[in-house]
Amino acid sequence: MSKISAVNKRATQTLAENISKQVEHFSKKEVECLIREFNVLVAEQNNSGRAVHGLDRGKFISTLHSIFGLTDDRMTGRVFRTFDKDNDSVVSMKEWIEGLSVFLRGTLDEKIKYCFTVYDLNGDNAISREEMLHMLKGRLIRQPNEEDPDEGIKDLVEIILKKMDYDHDGKLSFEDFEKTVKDENLLLEAFGTCLPDFRRIEMFERHVFQEQFEQ
Amino acid sequence: MGISLTRAAQWTMVSSSTAKLASTPMNESLLKEILHFVEHFSSQHPQEAEHVFEEPLQWSTTLVPSDFKTDYDISDSDVQSHERDSEGHPLLQLSPPTVYVRSFSQLSKLLHLADDKKLAEVRACLEGKFESNLHPKQSNHQHSSITHRLNVFVLLVTVYSHPIMLNPKAVKNEVEILQMFCGGGDKGLLKSLRYTSDFQFSNGYRAPLWRQVQGDICYLVIEPCDTETLYITCSTAGSFLNGGIKQEGEENGYERTSDAYEDLVTLLKSRSPHFADKINQTYRVLIVCLIKKAEVALVYFRKTSAGALPGELFSESSTESEEEEEQPYRHPETNTDLPSEYWQIQKLVKYLKDGDQIVTVDTLCAMMDFNLMQESCQMAIQDTGGLKVLLNLLDTDEHKCKIGSLKILRTISHNSQIRRVIVDMKGVQSIVKILDSPVKELKALAAETIANVAKFRRARRNVRLYGGINKLVSLLDCLPNFASLTPSQEEDIEVACCGALALWSCSRSTKNKKAIRKAGGIPLLGRLLKSPLQKMLIPVVGTLQECASEESYRNDIQTLGMIKDLVRNLSSDNDELQMHCASAIFKCAEDKQTRDLVRKYKGLQPLVSLLHKADNKQLLAAATGAIWKCSISQENVTKFQEYKALEILVNLLTDQPEEVLVNVVGALGEFAQIPANKAAIREFGGIKPLVKLLTSPNQALLVNVTKAVGACATNKDNMVIIDQLDGIRLVWSLLKTPSADVQSSAAWALCACIENAEDAGETARSLIGGFQLIVKLLSSTNNEVLASICAAICKIAKDEENLAILTDFGVVPSLAKLTNTTHDRLRHHLADAIAQCCMWGSNRASFGEAGAVAPLVRNLKSKEGSVQRSTAMALYQLSRNPNNCITMHEKEVVQPLIHMMGSDDEELQEAAAGCVRSIRLLYMANRNAELFTFRN
Repeated sequence: MSKISAVNKRATQTLAENISKQVEHFSKKEVECLIREFNVLVAEQNNSGRAVHGLDRGKFISTLHSIFGLTDDRMTGRVFRTFDKDNDSVVSMKEWIEGLSVFLRGTLDEKIKYCFTVYDLNGDNAISREEMLHMLKGRLIRQPNEEDPDEGIKDLVEIILKKMDYDHDGKLSFEDFEKTVKDENLLLEAFGTCLPDFRRIEMFERHVFQEQFEQ
Repeated sequence: MGISLTRAAQWTMVSSSTAKLASTPMNESLLKEILHFVEHFSSQHPQEAEHVFEEPLQWSTTLVPSDFKTDYDISDSDVQSHERDSEGHPLLQLSPPTVYVRSFSQLSKLLHLADDKKLAEVRACLEGKFESNLHPKQSNHQHSSITHRLNVFVLLVTVYSHPIMLNPKAVKNEVEILQMFCGGGDKGLLKSLRYTSDFQFSNGYRAPLWRQVQGDICYLVIEPCDTETLYITCSTAGSFLNGGIKQEGEENGYERTSDAYEDLVTLLKSRSPHFADKINQTYRVLIVCLIKKAEVALVYFRKTSAGALPGELFSESSTESEEEEEQPYRHPETNTDLPSEYWQIQKLVKYLKDGDQIVTVDTLCAMMDFNLMQESCQMAIQDTGGLKVLLNLLDTDEHKCKIGSLKILRTISHNSQIRRVIVDMKGVQSIVKILDSPVKELKALAAETIANVAKFRRARRNVRLYGGINKLVSLLDCLPNFASLTPSQEEDIEVACCGALALWSCSRSTKNKKAIRKAGGIPLLGRLLKSPLQKMLIPVVGTLQECASEESYRNDIQTLGMIKDLVRNLSSDNDELQMHCASAIFKCAEDKQTRDLVRKYKGLQPLVSLLHKADNKQLLAAATGAIWKCSISQENVTKFQEYKALEILVNLLTDQPEEVLVNVVGALGEFAQIPANKAAIREFGGIKPLVKLLTSPNQALLVNVTKAVGACATNKDNMVIIDQLDGIRLVWSLLKTPSADVQSSAAWALCACIENAEDAGETARSLIGGFQLIVKLLSSTNNEVLASICAAICKIAKDEENLAILTDFGVVPSLAKLTNTTHDRLRHHLADAIAQCCMWGSNRASFGEAGAVAPLVRNLKSKEGSVQRSTAMALYQLSRNPNNCITMHEKEVVQPLIHMMGSDDEELQEAAAGCVRSIRLLYMANRNAELFTFRN
């Protein structure tokens, strides 16, 4: 048993070394910790009967929920899609680490790219009115006397579009989005929370990096 | 506006006999005001607007049925409004060309329809009323008579346009409260206060009906403690004195005999100094409290805003007077001519209220796109309830919402009303709490917002009470002058900047200054003072100079080595920074060591070069102030001369604001302590402007001017000019000012003038009442005044004729009375004066009779050399009277005198010896006499 784990350990180290060369922001040691965390999560998932080589949608979303405090279903699904770069419905170890690099330590530019991808629901490199409407729907409460419950949201979408659509083509291109966010950072997550709160990040890093180092 | 309208209206009444309004500018503006009033009336006062007139207003209109739209029944020849009164009459009826209108809301609608003919319609309306209503037998008593329509109309304009219109309830409250403080002799505000009539109408008025129409509410008879009885009319347009209405039913005396004041207290303050004095003291606190309870706080809040919160009324520092007063709340805008932003902002506020976190952040960002520095936007946010939402967001857990909210708050808090509302809504509490946030951006924003909000006392107090000062001080903790900084350290510096800004605003209150010190703020500020960043230095030096009004701060600034940094920044390229540095040095340089440090760090030259920035008066005031205080040290004056400061200063004696003049003249007074400079001031042409300033009403300036003139007067050539300009008389007349500082300073200047003027004796005599004034001032309670007056008497009495006059005015007993003093400076000059006054007639004997000798003998034992010397000389003079010798001998004067005969001071030696000789001679004479008697 100890032999196997030693082998595993060495394998993990090699893997970590490889990945840390390709992914920004993490040291080799940190990558090792993230791999270990990934393995723990996969093991939890496989214990409950599924056997996949990565994190499936359900487990990933529940992880987002429990560890990163992301609870908005519309967003968590999109976050999964964004993590899952090869579209195989599973977040592999590498995808996990690449994703977390932006999630935990991303620069503003990286985060802008990430958020844009999350918000571009159909992947056509633009956020359209309809996409915005979809993402913002139901976020305004209390309009019992209005005929169209989405009237407020529609109006808000127009306001946002007016503010952000620099090239006046009726939708948000990546450049529009980037320019707006650089101007006012608060608009990074304009259409839904898809990044963890700084407190969650601290907690996670403490849990994964420090506590595991101590072991 | 109210008062001007009333006047205009009266004028109109006079010309109404012609039934046409003349086309005078006054009438035009009256028309416009009425038009404006009517247009806005229905939105501002919806209830009143619906009130149906007893009689319709009617006039010939230019409007035709086709001008009317919905809400009206329109037929070919007739238009009637849908709105009808209880009897079914339409509130508006048009049968061309005559129109009948029965409510303000209809009138306002009609004017709206009339569009560009509005003004013509108003004019026709006013004139029309007269055509149809002019009644041959006008009677004032028919209060409901239609002839009063215009009156009523104008009155309404007056009443409703007046921002703080008086009403019976407000008057009643005020009267009741004032009544509580009547009687009790000098301790009370007033002797008595009563209504002329005990009968009160159901509307709260006490004036007869026909006077109510004029706006009169009630009449009061008030006996102040210090002046004659006042007869006062309280009307909706304000309170004023009337012709003397003593009881109800008097037919005359209703006319106004004084200006109208917004309330009784203001009127009484203007009439009774006693009342003004008292109400400015303790009573104000009580009255503010009581009135607040009575829900008319508004009126008072404005009046007493200098002391916004009871309990902290008199504890704040003097710098507060410069700051804003709390203005009364503005009425919300009317709905008619609101800018489109208003509606957009209203919509956004709704989204803020209803949205989740994402929508909230989006909406906040959309709101930031408005021009939030513009008042209409600021007010829109407040009026639509947005301010409340923004403040609520601060208490949530979403830091993005907090950031967004603070970004808006920090901008709109440039508006003083918004600031007040923030404080009223307990916003300060929430903002202070955010200072603890781990997010640096949030801390910085919160501090920046506090910097804006804490522009008035109540806000500053709140910051302190909620622990804000400690938190703000802890924001200052960063490393300001590291060459290479990590991004995180740079953020720390940003936070510290904002913290310093906030502390700067807060430091206007004395208690906050103490709190900053207690929280350990001074060393941190000292560290930030080494920063190279101007945006950091300005608030830091701003705070320091604000706090330097406290002695503890001045000590710390010196001992913590901040003078060096302050001097360094005098050479900055930023006027504001230079000004604060100069101002800090101004305040600190009272201390000798600080003055020496400024010289040591080469701060004197930059100070002089600041004098060239003559168009920035604030900077000039600060720089001249610093030069003044620094020049108290002679070494500094020498340095200043190298930089040709004197000539520049003399040139600043004309055409400068008072705060500059005070400092310039103060500096000249110090410069003139060096003899060569006295002549230099003359050569630069400084004597004339200095003498001219002797007529200034500013006391601080007068103290300095008299000092400077006195210093210059010791130069004979200067004195010639001063004399030509009638300077002696001007200085002398300053003895009449009530301020003790000016009195003594003037008296010292007088000494110098009299000593050096050619025929000073005669000049002095020519001043009518001058000697009386001098002798009268010997009963002052201020030792400095007494000392200076004694010195002046000593100089004046050198002229025998003058001494004779002074003696006639009783100078001897007055001086004798002062001999018991223990004040050494006074003892010195008093003895000099006594010695001088001994030279006339029987004054020596008179001094003895007035009991001056024994205390003088006692004063001989003073440790102060000047006192010993002067006293010995006085005793020598007095010893020429045998009775005085006996007293001296009894009081054992010989022993100390013999001791003094051994002194190095020849004059003292001589005086002491002379005195002993007198005593000895008397003794001898006595013995001879005894022997002689014995022999016979």
